[in-house]
Amino acid sequence: MYGPLWRLLPGPWPVKALLSLVLVAGVVAVCFLWLFPAIAPYMPFNGNSVGVP
Amino acid sequence: MKGLRWAVRTLGEVLITLGLLLLLFVAWQLWWTDVAANSAQAVTVQALEKGFGPANLAERGTAQPLATLTRVPFGEAFAIMRIPRFGADFARPVLQGTDHDTLTKGIGHYQGTAFPGQVGNFAVAGHRTTYGKPFSNVDLLQKGDVIVVETKASYIVYAVDRHVIVTPDHVDVIAPVPQHPGVQPTQAWMTMTACHPRFSASQRYVVFAKLVKRIPRASGLPASFMAVPAGTVG
Repeated sequence: MYGPLWRLLPGPWPVKALLSLVLVAGVVAVCFLWLFPAIAPYMPFNGNSVGVP
Repeated sequence: MKGLRWAVRTLGEVLITLGLLLLLFVAWQLWWTDVAANSAQAVTVQALEKGFGPANLAERGTAQPLATLTRVPFGEAFAIMRIPRFGADFARPVLQGTDHDTLTKGIGHYQGTAFPGQVGNFAVAGHRTTYGKPFSNVDLLQKGDVIVVETKASYIVYAVDRHVIVTPDHVDVIAPVPQHPGVQPTQAWMTMTACHPRFSASQRYVVFAKLVKRIPRASGLPASFMAVPAGTVG
């Protein structure tokens, strides 16, 4: 999984490393901005109000 | 044999990735939601203050100084809650509605319950953890502690009466007379609900407060109400 990805990245290893960091930052951004906010309402620890379930 | 190695290695990598994503989710939930919500809620409070206009100035126009709110659109911020026990600069927006999205933006007002200062029960919910955790220290509130709800027309001062810990299905805590559903209210109450214990949603920590005073905005809020009680930590 990560092996082929590393081979797919162009350039010498410093360039590959930099590109990898950019990819990781992109994944974190997608998670923080869209993925996690979307799944948070389904987490069992987020209730603060009273009501009929 | 080579295929098996590949499969095992890939499975391992996927599992490690999922583990890292779970850790990332925990970091987001416990840290980032606070960072984002604290700054967003501070902006909302500033916008409300600006919209309410300066206090201590003679009212211009024909607005009734003690006019109460009657209708607020869902999701709209309409008041600022100040609780000296939580710190002299504690100020959070109160928005209409108590769904997940609204509660990430501030304190949520249970739709259909009374508005601030009205006879009945002004019932609100807030996060105890995450999303700026406005009610993080709700368990520190003591009898007599002041809660100030600031609206465009007035400062509404409540004093804490008592608290209960109940399961989330206890809707009687937001009844017009708290814990006495069906009884006709004669006083103005306020109910605050938050999750309990911290980081769990199995119970609700509920605080009841009673109206002390309604002060027209033009008169200004006496500083004595905003005095931080002795023994306050943080």
